[in-house]
Amino acid sequence: MDLTLSPEYAAFRDQVAETLKANAHLAPGPDDKGLKHPKRLAWQEFLIREGLTARTIPTEFGGYGAEPDILKSRIIAEEFARSGVPRPLAGQGISMLVPTLLELGTPEQKEAYIERTLKGELIWCQGYSEPGAGSDLAALRTRAVEDEDDFVINGQKIWTSTARQADMMFCLVRTDPNAKKHHGITYILFPMDTPGIEVRPLVDMTGSANFNEVFFTDVRVPKSGVVFEVNKGWQVANATLTHERGMLGDPNATKARFIELVELMKVETVNGQRLIDNPVLRDRLMTLQAEVYAMQANGLRITTNSLKGEAAGLAGLVVKLQGCELNHQIAALAIDALGELGILYEEGEHLRSGGAWQWRYMYDLGLIIGGGTAQIQKNIIAERGLGMPREPRLARS
Amino acid sequence: MEFGLLEDQVMLQETVRRFVAEEVSLDLVRQIAEGEIQVAETLAEKLTALGLDGLLVPEKDGGSGLGVLDAALVQECFGYGIVPARFLSNSVAAYALRDSGSSIMNDITNNDARFGIALNDFLSRRDGSGLSIRDEAVSGASLMAMDVARSTHLLFLANDTVRIGQVGSAEQVKTIDRTREFSEVTITSFEQQFTGAEIEKTFAVACILLAADTLGAAQCMLDKAVAYAGDRQQFGRVIGSFQAVKHLCAEMAAKLEPARALIWHAAHALDVQDDEALAMAFLAKAHMAEVGTFIAKTSTEVHGGMGFTDLVGLHYWYKRIGVNRQIMGAPMALRELAAQQQGLVA
Ligand SMILES: Cc1cc2nc3c(=O)[nH]c(=O)nc-3n(C[C@H](O)[C@H](O)[C@H](O)COP(=O)(O)OP(=O)(O)OC[C@H]3O[C@@H](n4cnc5c(N)ncnc54)[C@H](O)[C@@H]3O)c2cc1C
Repeated sequence: MDLTLSPEYAAFRDQVAETLKANAHLAPGPDDKGLKHPKRLAWQEFLIREGLTARTIPTEFGGYGAEPDILKSRIIAEEFARSGVPRPLAGQGISMLVPTLLELGTPEQKEAYIERTLKGELIWCQGYSEPGAGSDLAALRTRAVEDEDDFVINGQKIWTSTARQADMMFCLVRTDPNAKKHHGITYILFPMDTPGIEVRPLVDMTGSANFNEVFFTDVRVPKSGVVFEVNKGWQVANATLTHERGMLGDPNATKARFIELVELMKVETVNGQRLIDNPVLRDRLMTLQAEVYAMQANGLRITTNSLKGEAAGLAGLVVKLQGCELNHQIAALAIDALGELGILYEEGEHLRSGGAWQWRYMYDLGLIIGGGTAQIQKNIIAERGLGMPREPRLARS
Repeated sequence: MEFGLLEDQVMLQETVRRFVAEEVSLDLVRQIAEGEIQVAETLAEKLTALGLDGLLVPEKDGGSGLGVLDAALVQECFGYGIVPARFLSNSVAAYALRDSGSSIMNDITNNDARFGIALNDFLSRRDGSGLSIRDEAVSGASLMAMDVARSTHLLFLANDTVRIGQVGSAEQVKTIDRTREFSEVTITSFEQQFTGAEIEKTFAVACILLAADTLGAAQCMLDKAVAYAGDRQQFGRVIGSFQAVKHLCAEMAAKLEPARALIWHAAHALDVQDDEALAMAFLAKAHMAEVGTFIAKTSTEVHGGMGFTDLVGLHYWYKRIGVNRQIMGAPMALRELAAQQQGLVA
């Protein structure tokens, strides 16, 4: 056990902290909404230039081009959390598609998409879930039929986040209906303005339409959009899901939330008393701090495993479940602490933190469900982590 | 940066784990729990021969000069096997003595000094409990002192300082957990010149070791639940293939694995005297108590009626975890202490 940073890394950390502090004024504020707001894109470009995001992606694809260094990536994530400066862009394109293309994309695909995606110029949506295929994703039925150099797609996706803003979709389609369900799926990329695609917004609990239904009627897309191979889409999708789950349980993001909550409880008062001076609320805060510490330590352990090229085992499998649950509990405590002010929404002079806690209290519940529900995570922990039997399986007689 | 165990630490744990597996059967623990002194003494001799009691004693004072993390790894193995061992009390005492240069440290290593500890009053002083020093004499009693029987010294708390003394009267109290001994004690004499490490630090080490004990006990209960679920059949299936059962096991693992990392981190933080070390130690014990309590209950449920019987003896782990939760700081008191430590209490 050695948690000290060598002089090289300590200097790196100081430099990152300094850069973030000195340039925080360039970052987009809460009012700079819209995925392609110029301030967001400028901030992203700045962060790439400084090597604070897209760090290990080759310069030829618009990244910073550094050698992979897990520790440096971790230091950067920690410094964003510590400083509270807005993080780099992290949509599904950047977090899921880019790593997938780097691993399995053709040279043309890499060339065409990676740089623009990193810069935030190209927004992607993830077309996986369907009305009949949620947790059982491999049951998907959206059909793609070969026609010379194209595929013609018919069917429907649902829960597709940012489909209206997206320029492109990475999509799972059924190309061989006769193969076993995991074997007839293809992973394909196409523009959202292709004729025959209709997007209908779905309003969620937060009151906004963060996700959508997407309908395909004779949508003709070129075969060059296929990633890896036809009928090998399940493997490609699994590569992407790993990245998604890592993103959804990031303990540094959780820690940043926790620090915000402590600050809120120190300044906000009720009956003239600071929230933190209420022993019941303080006890709940400390309960959550212990969990934040535990997830941080668990994250350090996983980082060390990766540095050594070892599998993280159970420590890795529990991150999505525990991390998302903890985020939701942090939001829940903020709402309880705010009490009646915690029910205000979207606008009004008494709204605190711009209504961020109210929004998180809802959206974080969505993240417990999305990206593999809590129950599916438990199946995975039990079967892959503890070696328990898959079901259904008959008892030994 | 490296967050993990060194090869020596893995080996240390392996050695203790093997000892526990070979020497400390449930049957043996039962005999000790039922008061068979001879069996207890034989085990104590074997534990002494393991040579772990001076683990936290500095090398220059005759010990192994290892850290709180190493001690936690050992204690985890003892928790796993619900071993009746004085290691925890000796280690807390060794830590308190560390900078004193006292020759007692050498005695701990040689088993000439065997410690009991009476630190419970620090966070939770009940009616009738509490020791104080006036005019060079100790008055009062301490409830819930640990490992007093067959000890030679007592590490105790009086007037906010950690002291070493001799037990006057000791009356064993009956607790739910018979794998360890707890007594109400008075003090006849004490070392006037000696004050140990700060009470907060000494207490933090006790917290880490109790948390580690629960970690081990809870891991054992989880392992037993998974094994039982893979064996027991109902409705023509092993019960482990029912999701209700599988998810209970997943929940236990999901809570336990990060808690393990927390205990490693908190123990290490004490070893390197990190600024956050005390808060982390107090929170580690509080958190481990919550996780342990959940696992103690859940594992029992996975075993069905069998879990509730004396036959499989699961209750020994259940009770050990229960005692670890309440003794030397129940979760709520520890969380308040952690809040104070961070300046969050006005
Ligand atoms: C905020 C949010 C954003 C999303 N964004 C996208 C997106 O951009 N693109 C996309 O493709 N999808 C997206 N999704 C969809 C998401 O992946 C699915 O909602 C999720 O996989 C669950 O599928 P489902 O909704 O059909 O629920 P179902 O699978 O019908 O599940 C319903 C309930 O049954 C349980 N259940 C199902 N199967 C099992 C089983 N084997 N064992 C135990 N319990 C089971 C579930 O845990 C759940 O409690 C998003 C979802 C949310 C909430």
